[in-house]
Amino acid sequence: MTKRRLVDKPSYWGFLFVLPWLLGFLVFTAGPMLTSLYLSFTKYDLNTIQFVGTKNYHRLFYEEPLFWKSLQVTITYAIFSVPLGISASLGLAILLNQKVRGQRVFRTLFYLPSLVPAVASSLLWIWIFNPDYGLLNYALSLFGIGGAEWLMDEKYTLGAFIVMSLWGAGGGRMIIFLAGLQGISDTYYEAARLDGASHWQQFRFITIPQLSPVIFFNLILGIIGAFQVFTTAYIMTGGGPNNATLFYALSIFRNAFEYFKLGKASAMAWVLFVILLIITAVQFWGSKRWVYYEGEAKS
Amino acid sequence: MKKLRDLPTYVVLIAFSSLFLVPFLWTVSTALHDNQDVFKFPPEWIPKPPHWENFPKAWTALPFTNWVLNTLFITVITTTAAVLTSSLVAYGFSRFKFKGRNAMFYTMLATMMLPGQVTMIPVFMIWRWLGAIDTFYPLIIPSFFGGGAFNIFLMRQFFLTIPREFDEAAMLDGASHFKIWWRVLLPLSGPVLATVAVMSFISHWDEFNGPLIYLNSPEKYTVSVGLRMFQDSYGSDMNQLMAASLIHILPTIVLFFCAQRYFMKGINLSGLGGR
Repeated sequence: MTKRRLVDKPSYWGFLFVLPWLLGFLVFTAGPMLTSLYLSFTKYDLNTIQFVGTKNYHRLFYEEPLFWKSLQVTITYAIFSVPLGISASLGLAILLNQKVRGQRVFRTLFYLPSLVPAVASSLLWIWIFNPDYGLLNYALSLFGIGGAEWLMDEKYTLGAFIVMSLWGAGGGRMIIFLAGLQGISDTYYEAARLDGASHWQQFRFITIPQLSPVIFFNLILGIIGAFQVFTTAYIMTGGGPNNATLFYALSIFRNAFEYFKLGKASAMAWVLFVILLIITAVQFWGSKRWVYYEGEAKS
Repeated sequence: MKKLRDLPTYVVLIAFSSLFLVPFLWTVSTALHDNQDVFKFPPEWIPKPPHWENFPKAWTALPFTNWVLNTLFITVITTTAAVLTSSLVAYGFSRFKFKGRNAMFYTMLATMMLPGQVTMIPVFMIWRWLGAIDTFYPLIIPSFFGGGAFNIFLMRQFFLTIPREFDEAAMLDGASHFKIWWRVLLPLSGPVLATVAVMSFISHWDEFNGPLIYLNSPEKYTVSVGLRMFQDSYGSDMNQLMAASLIHILPTIVLFFCAQRYFMKGINLSGLGGR
């Protein structure tokens, strides 16, 4: 104990080491948050600033159909892409966790798409979705299915974005699942097999509960990520056709840096923040019912 | 017998691998085609002959050399800064007790959930006020402040697995705190340093939003913003657009292959498995 104190004692040292983060937090996070909250109550175009009270919010909610449209687009995208993406990542991780040879090679192959920079993958998918010469319509034609104008027909664009997001299912999220799977002790499965549990029962009653903290982590960050889709929409469709891919973050960017309505853009950013805060809080509250932490009795 | 039982697993593994790889092969195939032959239906996979000249053509059509050098410059500095400062901060969080440590640590984790749009405009105002628009400063300087919450978190988790006895032995030998960080912890942290370095390199190499907001002059562009310009000017020349995209993709893949062994270890050991 006395030895440990040797390291613990001079408390200002620890503070000194975390100081870079603290300064960065104050200058680039906390300060700007308060500033943008203030800006959301102003009319600001980079030159003149004028306090307007809650007018920006009032306008967004009551006079701005594009605001509701971009929310609808983003929420629809999140509802489909997050569960699909998490299931796909989990499925791939389980596949990679099977004890067969050559898994390192497969893991690398699964991971590759997530290494492609967002701009490059957007350009690549524009070409894949090309209605006349694209890979997707060609592949569908092999099965006798007529293709679609993926990025030009507002019925299909959001679907195309979801398909594209699944290409990256083997990325960081899958790696985190894989790390979680490898942390589950074999003894659970052995005991279950002795009791005659089927594969499905093992998955349902061992894998899922043991993995629930990781699923929860991926769910929280997945939803937050889905609400911030920007680059792909900016490059592939510019929000079109007919605003079918006007993702919320794209809409904020336009208001801020193309129309220079920085007050309105700040109000939009705060609406986003509050929405995410509520979703995250609800998830934390709901997580008590399904997320299982080791060493904690489950009722 | 065992091999036969593994067969279905292999079939599924290979099927998914192909699904992930086909878009790559398609890009490479398009990049090597003549501009006329790109637009063939059904598509022809193997170009005859391969048009390797698409790569130098794409490279010289726009100031690609400039863009690659700019991006390398930004990426190398930000990556170095992120690795050094995130490990310093993680050292503080993992090895010392001080007032407000837990509050700060949880605040830091909470910032991972903060959408960037909330701070984007005021941060832009700061750089504008400093006269740093159309310079690399706004893209570089923020990395010197801990290099991102997730990186600090990964580092801290790793440091916690290194026995305190090592620090104490060095301390009894009269080493300073800085020396312990530099000579004891960092040399033992290869996998996590590599992980943070690779992730940081890739994220800055890919970075689009920042350069789009801050850089105005084409000669200052990074590859990602430059590619966007390429799309505007040569969007119909699919072969060259794909060649240019491959130039953007290649460095991240090469880096990943070089660091792969350490990279995966760094994540596995960091106990991200929720416990």
